[in-house]
Amino acid sequence: MDIPFTTKPRPDTGLYNAKLGIWLFLASEVMLFGALFSSYIMLRIGAPEGTWPAPGTMLDPIPGAINTVVLIISSITVVLAWVSLKFNNFEQYRKYQAATLACALAFMCIKAYEYHGKFNHYEVIKTDGSIVDGHMHEETDEHVILTVHALEEEHDDHAHAEGDGHNHAGGGAPAEGDDHAVEKEGGSPYLGPEPNVDPTTGEHLHGEITILKSDIEKMENYGPWHSTYLAIYFTLTGLHALHVCGGALVIFMIWGPLAGQWKTDPERYTNRVEVSGLFWHFVDLVWIFLFPILYLL
Amino acid sequence: MDASHDHGEHDFASHTRQYKIIFALLIIGTVLTVAVAQFDLDAMAGMHGHNYINIIVGLLIATTKASLVMLFFMHLISEKQLIYLVLGFTFFFFAGLMGLTIWAMSDYPKLSVVFD
Repeated sequence: MDIPFTTKPRPDTGLYNAKLGIWLFLASEVMLFGALFSSYIMLRIGAPEGTWPAPGTMLDPIPGAINTVVLIISSITVVLAWVSLKFNNFEQYRKYQAATLACALAFMCIKAYEYHGKFNHYEVIKTDGSIVDGHMHEETDEHVILTVHALEEEHDDHAHAEGDGHNHAGGGAPAEGDDHAVEKEGGSPYLGPEPNVDPTTGEHLHGEITILKSDIEKMENYGPWHSTYLAIYFTLTGLHALHVCGGALVIFMIWGPLAGQWKTDPERYTNRVEVSGLFWHFVDLVWIFLFPILYLL
Repeated sequence: MDASHDHGEHDFASHTRQYKIIFALLIIGTVLTVAVAQFDLDAMAGMHGHNYINIIVGLLIATTKASLVMLFFMHLISEKQLIYLVLGFTFFFFAGLMGLTIWAMSDYPKLSVVFD
């Protein structure tokens, strides 16, 4: 039996069925993300003094901003692809939707780069109580080597201006991005000593720091287990990234393997493109909120 | 846009002009979001030690961008009644969820951490 109302509007709803279907699905998606946004608010409000990272200190806003632009570009290519089909221009549709898929891939690559930066970033608490915070350069059975970036004056000034009035864990300069390893200020759940300071000389460490395994009290990377902030960051962005993958997969299937339907049932094919586009816009919509709350505010 | 017959390039351009304007506005909104976050608006307003104004401004820009996407890219500016009804319910429950969250903020236990 054929599925009814794939192209003709149903008399009582005035819509073809898939259109109503996708909106009902998006309504449930709003509640799914809504619950997680609500969790974010509760976790942030309830965070003990000084344990929530100061705005802009935990993530480099540049890759996040680039990803925002990438998703906005993909949103317009999706809609232009659909209009192309309305104008019977299949070739143009294919080009626009190829651009959409390229944007989805670019988004995932940038996200993977950001995730890698966090998983490769370690905080080592030594047995003498001092903390070394940097990116893993080498790990053997005997020692680890962390790359610690030197404090830069301009970053120092910038961070203090921006972070003025927020709760800080130490007096050190926070980094703007993950490439700069000093993120102790506001970035750590511990109100312990300032990171990357030599406990005997008081000098700031930088370069490649070798630490013997026997001197390590605790070593942890900046994964979701590191702090409440990172836990909700990975949950929200991870679920969003799954949506990007799912949406891209559907758009790809319609674009490639299922493209033959354009010849047999062009109206239904166009509706499929529209419905997958609506989902894609929703994914963009979620990121429009995720970007400021996780990277900037 | 019920154009199922052939149209020229010119028609395509005029039909998509609106989308391109929205696209430009979304990009401007993104630049604005990043730019505004570089300033401590609360300190400028004499409210040192807070982050309220920055959060409100950031969320207002985000909401504006989201509205543009919904109205024009998702065509909610002219949609059938039933979709508005579905979204009305969604808005009600979403607002309820956020309302309960904000309501609970005032009696959240004030935790503190003690370090030795």
